Order: sequence, then C-alpha cells, then structure tokens
Amino acid sequence: MPTFTLKINNKKHTVEADADTPLLWVLRDHINLVGTKFGCGIGQCGACTIHVDGSATRSCLVRLSQVAYSEITTIEGLSEHGDHPVQEAWKEIDVPQCGYCQAGQIMTASAFLNESPNPSDDDIRNAMHGNICRCASYNSIEEAVKVASEKMS
Amino acid sequence: MKHTFSRRSFLKTSALASGGMLIGFNLFNSCKSDVEPPVDLSKLNYKDFNAYIKISPEGKVTIYSVNPEIGQGVKTSMPMIIAEELDVAWDDVYVVQAPLDTENYSGQVAGGSQSIRRSWQPLRETGATAKQMLINAAAAQWGVDANTCSAKAGVITNANGDTLGYGDVVEAAAALDVPEDVTLKNPKDFTIIGKGKGNVDIDKIITGKPLFGLDYKEEGMVYASVLRPPAFGQILESYDASKAKELPGVIDVITIGEKARTLLSEGKPNWSVKLSTTDKVVVIGKTTWDVIKGKKAITATWKTDSDLESTENHDEKLLDLLNGKKFRTRRKDGNVKKAFANADKVLERVYESTFLPHNTMEPMNFFANVTPEKVHLVGPTQTPEAAENAVASLLGRSVDDIHVDLTRMGGGFGRRLYNDYVMEAAEISDAIKKPVKMISTREDDMTTGVYRPASKYKIAASIKDGKLTGYYLKEACVNGNMYGLIPNFFPAGAIENYQVDSTRLNSNITVGAWRAPYTNFLASAEQCFFDELAEELGVDRVKLHMDLLENVKNNPDPKIEYSPERLQGVLKMVVEKSNWGKVADGVYQGLSVYYCHNTHVAEVADVMIENGVPVVKKVTCAIDCGIVVNPLGAMNQAKGGVLDGIGHAMYADFSFKDGVPSANNFNSYQLIRMAQTPKVDVHFIESDIAPTGLGEPTLPPVGAAVANAIYKAMGIRLTKFPYINNMNTESSIAG
Repeated sequence: MPTFTLKINNKKHTVEADADTPLLWVLRDHINLVGTKFGCGIGQCGACTIHVDGSATRSCLVRLSQVAYSEITTIEGLSEHGDHPVQEAWKEIDVPQCGYCQAGQIMTASAFLNESPNPSDDDIRNAMHGNICRCASYNSIEEAVKVASEKMS
Repeated sequence: MKHTFSRRSFLKTSALASGGMLIGFNLFNSCKSDVEPPVDLSKLNYKDFNAYIKISPEGKVTIYSVNPEIGQGVKTSMPMIIAEELDVAWDDVYVVQAPLDTENYSGQVAGGSQSIRRSWQPLRETGATAKQMLINAAAAQWGVDANTCSAKAGVITNANGDTLGYGDVVEAAAALDVPEDVTLKNPKDFTIIGKGKGNVDIDKIITGKPLFGLDYKEEGMVYASVLRPPAFGQILESYDASKAKELPGVIDVITIGEKARTLLSEGKPNWSVKLSTTDKVVVIGKTTWDVIKGKKAITATWKTDSDLESTENHDEKLLDLLNGKKFRTRRKDGNVKKAFANADKVLERVYESTFLPHNTMEPMNFFANVTPEKVHLVGPTQTPEAAENAVASLLGRSVDDIHVDLTRMGGGFGRRLYNDYVMEAAEISDAIKKPVKMISTREDDMTTGVYRPASKYKIAASIKDGKLTGYYLKEACVNGNMYGLIPNFFPAGAIENYQVDSTRLNSNITVGAWRAPYTNFLASAEQCFFDELAEELGVDRVKLHMDLLENVKNNPDPKIEYSPERLQGVLKMVVEKSNWGKVADGVYQGLSVYYCHNTHVAEVADVMIENGVPVVKKVTCAIDCGIVVNPLGAMNQAKGGVLDGIGHAMYADFSFKDGVPSANNFNSYQLIRMAQTPKVDVHFIESDIAPTGLGEPTLPPVGAAVANAIYKAMGIRLTKFPYINNMNTESSIAG
C-alpha cells in the first residue's frame, strides 16, 4: 500500500492508505482528527469542510493522492486555543443545537471571511448555503458570521 | 415556599472517600431502601440512582446529566434547574453525561419534548435538599438555628454575618439525614433559570473534540458496513463477496440476521425496535473507507418476500379508505351527521403528505464489544433502556451484562428511538468476537429508514345560518398515526358537533416517530382548513379562533389538556408582535395556532412575491411553555423547529416505487438551506407555570402559516406536502 506524507495543522503525518481514499477518512480513521464530520460523502452537506491551501474544501471528495503537497487545516487546527474570531462568535451567539455540522460551518465561514472580510447579508447567506444544518440553526449561524466579520475587520 | 416531599426516598447522600459529598437520586422512581450511594466515584451505580451530584471540598459542583442529548439542550437546561435550587454559581458547575440505568426506571429517553416537563420538580427538590443539608451543617458548626441562616451562590451566611462556603461544610453535610421539608425558591428569585446559558459542550463542539458516536474509538476496534435489501419487500437470496475479500482493508464478509429473525418469531421486540427478516451482508474492515469500498464490491441477489409497494398505490388506497366506512372513532361530541344534514353548506377538503426520512446529520452508527463477561455498547440512542433490553433479548444475555454509554447525538428527530442499528452492531460483534463500530452511509440511512408515515386527512365543516355547527376529521395513514390524546387537541371542545375518525393502510414500509409525531402534518392540515373556513364564514381569522376558544372556556372538558386561555394568550401576542393586518403593501401574512407536546404556539408567516415566486421573509412565533428554563437554548429550539417545519413543508419529497425509496442522498432530497430561510422572531409568554417542552411544538403549525400566507399572495390553496409540488412553478418557493 502506498505511503503519503501530509501536512495537517502545521504537522507532518505519514499515512499508509490507498491513493483513492477520501481525505475525510484519512483524517478521521488514520490520524484520529475526528472533528471533521461525515454527513453525505458526496460533497452536498458540508459537514466535512476543511481548508486546503486556505480554501474551503469538501474532504469527502478530495482523494489522498491530491493533497500530498498541500497545507491542510482542520477544525482542530483552526486556532491554538479555540479562539479564532469565528469560534468566538459561535460561542457568543451559542449557535449549536446538536453541534454535529458546526465544525464544517465554522470552516466554511472562516475561509469565506478571509476572502470577504466585509460581507453583506446576502453574501453571507450565499456563502453558507452549501452547509446543511439539520437542526436548522441558520438564523444563529448567519448572526455569528456577522459577529465574526466585525471581529475580523 | 415550604415543600414536603411526597416521595423523599428518591434521594440519598454519602460522604465520598476522595472528599466531598455525593447525592444520588432517581428522577422518576424511589431508590431501594437498602442501597446507598457509593463512596468511590468509579463505582457510580446507575441501577438505583440514575443521576448524581458531586460537591467537592472546593465547592465545585459536578452534575451527571441523565437524559440523552440530541441537540434539544437538556444537557445544559436540566443541570441549570439543579444549580438554581442548590444555589451555586453557574461557573462552578461542571456537567458530565451519565450512562444508562435501566433496572428500576424508564425515563431516560429523549422524545416527545418531555425531558424538562417530567424532571422539573424532582430536579428542583434535589437541588433544594442538598442546599438545606449544607445550611444545616453550617448551622450545626456555628451552633445556631438553621432557620436563621441563608445560602446564596455557594456561600452560607448566618444572622451575625459569618459566612461558610459549601466546600467548608460539605463533608459534615454528607453525614446528615436527608431533610423532610425543603424550601423551593419563588420563581421571581431565580438567578440561573430564565437567564440564557450557553451550551455546556460549546468549547468541544467548536474545536472538534470527540463527542459523537461516530467519534468513539477503542483499541482493536474494527469497522462494519451492512448491506441491506434495496427495496422494502425484498430479502437476501445470495451474494458473492469474492471481490470484496480481495481488498487489502477488508478483514471478512459475514451475514447476520438469524438472531433478529428468532426474536421476531418470538414476538419479543417492543415498539422501539424495527427489525426485518432478511439476512444482511456485513463487511468487516480496518477503516470506514475499507468497509464502504468493500460493500460496493459485493454482488447480491435479492428476492421478493412480500409486496413491492409504490406511493401511487398508497395514494389511491388511502383516498379509498378516506371515502370508505371502515373507521375507528376517536372522539365524538354531539351528532356531526345531523349537523351536516341540516347545514346550509358543507366545506370539505383533503390534505395529503408524503413519507419523510429523518436525515440526522450524524448517520446511524454504534459501537459494540460483546465478550463472554459483558456487552459494552457506546453511541447515539434516544432510548438507551430499550437498546439494552433489545440487545439482551437478541444475544440471550442478562441485562446485567450490558452497559450502555451515551454519546452526544448528531440529531435524533425520532430516528434514534429505534435501535435496529444498535442490535446490528451487537449481532456483528457477537459474531466476530471483536469490538466493532457499525457505520451507516447517508444512502443506507435514507433508504433503509424508519419514516414519518404518508397520511391523508379529509376535514369537513357544516355551516348553518352563518355559524360553524359541525367538524368532522378523518385520517387515513400508512400503518397508522392517530392515538388517544390527539383528538382532544383544539378544536375539540370548541364545536358542539365534533368527530375524529381514523383508519390505516397496512404496509411493509417501516414507519415511526418523526419530530412532532402525530401532529407534524395534522396541525398544518387543520390550520389551513380553518383559514378557508374563516373565509367561507366571512369572519376574521383571529376572531374565529378567539370565539371558538371562548366556547371551550364555557364548556370545560376534563379530556382536553390544552388551555383555551393560554392559546388565546399566544394568539393575542402573535397578532401584536407580527403587526398582523398592518404590514406594508406587498407583504402577505398567514396565521396558524396550535397546541401539542404540552406547549401552546401561534405563528404568523410573512410572504412576499419576488420574481414571481413566494418567498417567506419572516416568521413571528409566540410561545407559552411556562417558565423558560434556558432562554438561549429555548430560542434555538423554537427557531430551529420553525425552519425545520418550513423546510419539510416546502421541499421534502419522498416516495416509493416498487419498494425502492425515491431519494438516497442530499443531491436527490432537498433539506432547507440558509439562503431559503426567513428570520424567525420568537416571543415567550412570561409565566410562572411549570415548564413544558420545546423540542417539537413550534414545528407542526408553521406549514399552515406559510400556506395561508401564500394563499393571500397568490390565491392558491396548498393542500399537499411538499408545497413545491403544487405550486406550478419550477423555482424554489422560499429563496
């Protein structure tokens, strides 16, 4: 079985797995970073969102062989002490209900705010449209992204 | 308020070997007289005490939260109730998820929005008792009368102004007798209840710490994926696993099913277990991806075992049933037939809904480790007690051998009331003699689920001399829905001639509870009907409801559990807060009022037409759930319920053709997403009445609020869920 070296959250990891293994399962099962969640496996729900070279990416669709030279950031590495402005905003607004989709929501929001630090309401609604929250905490997510954008600007 | 326990025996205390005090209590039953709480924390016994509070010598409080957490917020709100009466600073409280106790008790369930309602009083009594014992210990140390001492935020004060912290007296307190009388706070003195407290797991959630069933791992654990029949009505005939077994990550391929079949033939499983008779092919592998890949490599042949049913036929048969005569009468007041015969006009409408999958974001999964000594089960279930019993029966083990640990759940919505996936995990571990994690994919979940049953209602009303004289509701539902309480909901008691009948269509498609079972569609059907009825009567919609509720006040009926006063209260509040009837041109409002799960709710949807399609811009929601324990959590539940209700009313389309579900993942099944969501403006009635649940009650009425607003905007009466299928437009109607 081939061996790959990945750079995840600024740390190198060597993984032995098939080249077609989705990064999601490498993170969860091989490297034990379980904060990235499995929701649909086809890139439709956003629960598995991570950053690959700073861009929000569905880790269920990315194959191991595609990311050998990339900077990968997961929810565990978004900040050292859980104090990224988006995480702080999530806490301030008390967004989560069941909480399962929220790592993906936070990773989508943080990549989006890096690119668009002063978004309009519509920008936020469109940027977050790809992440499903089955508890429908959408009003709170929208508010938290706004609060985070104020913290970041 | 002085309060004497009616059942003081539900609580006992002991001094901990490590220092501090342990209070063991059983929320719903008394504790056995010969059992004491342990002195060693590692020996916590959940057979007799289903919950514990530990107070450390430093005054810190650990509360072991007893009910399963599915996102409804009880892991935060239930400890808040204890902390309030114990009178400690919320920052000094640490909450731990307790595992399951089963032997003496049956309340450790997340379902029906009942957690808070049922535990409110015992949780208060527990906190207040502990506080009184601490005060008594301090008073003894000072040599003063305990009645001259008081406690606040973890500090006890006597008449001289001397103070002692809870930690200073906790060991002495643990040796005292449990007092007979305690004083419960006056709700106006609450300092924690009624103040918004954030989710106790928030730091773990936002940093991605392992919390959920899917995150649980043990040394030596393998993964399993289960191949089940693609259609309801089919069973396994044969399979070829040679290609799967060639894959390097696949350890083995086995079949399970015999044990479940034996159970079924013995008629053992209760309502909470949905079992099929088929054999299932199980791929065992080193990682999740290995078993997903392995499953795809299996070629299976299925044979037809019973009917391969289709929605088209269900629809026909349900309509036939509605027009037929075979009904069970659920409530009958006066004589509807006579009222209808004497009517000037009869208004009659049929409302129709589809099956619904639950689609919890965390797919079904469970860990099981079956060994000769014990059976260890870990994962997400709303009914851990039922899971334990089911696995005991399945494996022929004593329930004493079985230990269930609960994880936080990535949603429940009713799906995790049924423990089919727990039993699969146990049967697999038993077969392979290894710790195993059974994982379902989204496709597994959506196509082999337990669905909200498709149902149809025929509602008819008689009008005589401009007055409503009779109301007759008939339900036809796949595998049944209606039960005892529901026919006593509004408008029961408001109309002289009133009848509710139900009938069922038997089917091999598994159905069950889905968020706000029984009423999630019924509420919308009835509240749409009342909109049309008000128009037919030429009466203002709000006035019609207010007048009908006046009738209920004037004719008290012990079977009716809703309060006409409280329904009028939320109706008045929603009228005021939504600016009902006073909104700008181009805004169309729809109203819906409903009582279910012991909570009273009124909702107004504001709809505008944008680019030719109706868009829900805002929903105003007025709620009477008694005291609001945690306003932050309550707000989340209320808003989530409204948006969930809109999403499923608008878009959720799920049917069967020859036993095969019409959708299997989120590319073929639409859940509501952010750009489609309106703002939800929630208002709670201020109250000092004991609290009731919030996980469900805001969902059922909202479909009607939206439909009634769309009628005003477009003149179309929507009678079928999902609305998107009867809109004559291809555009998304909410966004």
